[in-house]
Amino acid sequence: MNQNATEEIVKESSMLKQKAMIAENYENLTSAHETGRKVAATFVPGNLNELIMCFDMLNNLPEINAINNGMRKKSGMMVMQAEKMGHSEDVCTYVKADIGSMAKGSIAPNGKPMPPPDLLLLSYTGCFTFMKWFELLRHEYGCETAMLHVPYQGDGVVTENMRQYVVKQLKENIIPAMERVSGVKFDIDRLRENLRRSAQAEDDFVWVMESAKNKRSPIDAYFGGVYYIGPIFTAFRGTEMAVNYYRTLREEIEERIAAGKGPITPDGDMAEEKYRLVVEGPPNWTSFREFWKMFYDEGAVVVASTYTKVGGVYDFGFRHDPDNPLETLADYCLGCYTNRNLRQRTDMLERFVNDYEADGLLINSIKSCNSFSAGQLMLMREIEERTGKPGAFIETDLVDPRYFSAANVKNRLESYFQMIEQKRATAAVA
Amino acid sequence: MKCYVGIDLGSTTSKAVVLDSAGEVLGRGITNSRSNYETATRVSKLEAFTSTRLTLLRRTLAEVSGLENHIDSVVAALENNFRLELALEQLGHLQKNCRLSAEHPQFSKIQESLNKALDEVFRRLEIQMAKLHVPGVERKSDFFRDLAGSEYMLIAEDVAGEMGLDFDALINLYDKSIIDVENTPPADDIEEKFLRALDRAIKEGLDLPVPVEDIAPPIHEALDVELEESYSVGTGYGRVRLPFPKEQIRSEILCHGLGAHLMYPQTRTVLDIGGQDTKSIQVDEDGIVVNFQMNDRCAAGCGRYLGYIADEMNVGVHELGPMAMKSTKNIRINSTCTVFAGAELRDRLAMGDERSDILAGLHRSIILRAMSIISRSGGISDQFTFTGGVAKNEAAVKELRKLVKENYGDVKININPDSIYTGALGAAEFARRDGEAR
Repeated sequence: MNQNATEEIVKESSMLKQKAMIAENYENLTSAHETGRKVAATFVPGNLNELIMCFDMLNNLPEINAINNGMRKKSGMMVMQAEKMGHSEDVCTYVKADIGSMAKGSIAPNGKPMPPPDLLLLSYTGCFTFMKWFELLRHEYGCETAMLHVPYQGDGVVTENMRQYVVKQLKENIIPAMERVSGVKFDIDRLRENLRRSAQAEDDFVWVMESAKNKRSPIDAYFGGVYYIGPIFTAFRGTEMAVNYYRTLREEIEERIAAGKGPITPDGDMAEEKYRLVVEGPPNWTSFREFWKMFYDEGAVVVASTYTKVGGVYDFGFRHDPDNPLETLADYCLGCYTNRNLRQRTDMLERFVNDYEADGLLINSIKSCNSFSAGQLMLMREIEERTGKPGAFIETDLVDPRYFSAANVKNRLESYFQMIEQKRATAAVA
Repeated sequence: MKCYVGIDLGSTTSKAVVLDSAGEVLGRGITNSRSNYETATRVSKLEAFTSTRLTLLRRTLAEVSGLENHIDSVVAALENNFRLELALEQLGHLQKNCRLSAEHPQFSKIQESLNKALDEVFRRLEIQMAKLHVPGVERKSDFFRDLAGSEYMLIAEDVAGEMGLDFDALINLYDKSIIDVENTPPADDIEEKFLRALDRAIKEGLDLPVPVEDIAPPIHEALDVELEESYSVGTGYGRVRLPFPKEQIRSEILCHGLGAHLMYPQTRTVLDIGGQDTKSIQVDEDGIVVNFQMNDRCAAGCGRYLGYIADEMNVGVHELGPMAMKSTKNIRINSTCTVFAGAELRDRLAMGDERSDILAGLHRSIILRAMSIISRSGGISDQFTFTGGVAKNEAAVKELRKLVKENYGDVKININPDSIYTGALGAAEFARRDGEAR
């Protein structure tokens, strides 16, 4: 075995760890009936995993199931099933994949059926579709629904009032509902312990994401990033498993930096870093590999992305704080990327372009996302103006394969990369 | 002589442009893409080099005193006879293939009469080809398949009737044989073909104000120039099919931006409506792209849409514009969906609307969609250059002028008669810059 092959295995240990964690989680979910554990369904932004765990409940995330089905090429049929049931073409395809999956028996990746949720925990953080989505689920399951209303940062600030408003709801509605459904009494010290572990993992997670400031970057903060956010955005934040995962990942990235390596891709280590990009918008999941390849084949590395902030923004110092458990949950929800206004998103992107020394901003606008596509072009122009770096705009979808046109996306991406190249050449001459 | 070639493989047509070291356009060539980009590349390049040779001929003939007012007719005669040479070569190839196809066992009983019929068909075809290549005769197309195909059908029908033979058998032979002919490049004797063309033109009595001896040397001089393809750059939808290394392939957006800049250096916004995409491009004072937007995977409102409408109405796509210009009433069409193009048209006709009014409405809706893409790319800055196949459509241009004025005021709108070559021109300029820098 040559040295490269040995290294390859070492590099993959965080991936194997995550794979095992996900498999175990699906096993736990699909055996909830037998084990008697209760299931809370909730969303990635505003995900209160530390709290859910205090009640021995399992956390099932419909968005993640939709992504999983998208990457496994199963979402197309599910979307069409939902359309057959009456959901129009313009509806968010995460919703339709979820509804379609339910109609087909909600089969988890392990081949076993998902249990129906015992609690629909809607942590409302800026996406209005979430509310309608859970309304549909409530209609279907008829289970208890708890809504945490997180005020939108319309003015770009979090006030003490807003924080206390969220805390009050946690105390008066959310926690009692969870006690009722689970039969477990709330223990704030247990929450503190979970939060302490969250903060620990968050430190390593941020270190990993910021490693992209290196020139050359050892990671891809978008395509690789979606794997790196996996545990911390889902059912693992606050667990020892997540702490271990991020420690291992950090060590791997440290090694990559020391060895002068670029990001790992499905085709091995990336050969050359020609373009450094900041990306706004989620990736396309149904052609994820093909989409990624369009970047690494051209030497384009994503050094920062807003998608890796949807489940929590940790870049500017926020960490879960075990000393203020309910307030910290409120701050976490209030600070999610989806809960920030356009100006805040613009400021964040500007900072990313500058701090990560990027060549420009690329927006992947999602056809079926009415909530976040609004204002994206204005955002792009503003960033172009503020940073002097060129922007580009592509359009795909989350999990509807019909909306991904490879030739069209590739055409635009290549044009963008060549545009950057041309600008560089002109700047060099000047 | 150093030549730099740009090739734009579009979804409908493929174009090639040849530049010299100074960046001057020497030749342009175009062919149907027909989803066969290898052939399209070869044919468009051959056409561009042919046109380059004609440019050189023009230059050397311009030195002949006394010929000043006859250069056009001399060059036209040479070109026509050159094209005839090419067509006859392909005709020979087609005849050989048809004869081979006739050897198939399915024709064993009628092989002899088939061969006789083929000889007669090709004898008449040769005469017909010559007639089509006389100066002043307007050919519908310069593509061999188009020319030979329609003539073969007509002649074969007559011959089959005269000889009491099955017409379908003759069609069958043609269908089996034409693809190979189309995919075979012409023999590598372009210069010899020009010389034969010259002989032919002289024999046919070229009208010259000077002795033939005076024009022969400059023609030989032009033909003797070795055209060296120093560097090439490819672009367009079929660019990945080009046998070029990656660095010789450029995005069509960059090529259109640069091409428009070369045609009109004051251009800041470019709109290109091609077969299956609409692009709005913003360029700076050097022709460098600073922003762009294009349609997503849906090709609604692109050139292909007009193609479907033309098919639906059973007219040529070039006839749509003039028909729409006759409109007297405003009709609002909301859908430019290519898939529903036929349905939209039939709906309107069923409601009693006039074809010209419907067509005017369709043109307007295409331009409205383009206006939306333009505004997403940052709007229109003076000057504005319109390119692509749709720029040749007068009804589309009329609507565009109106909407540009309404939305952006007085803006200079450039539409070049050679606008279809914009992408290839940009590619050629990239080739020139890269090639000269090597």
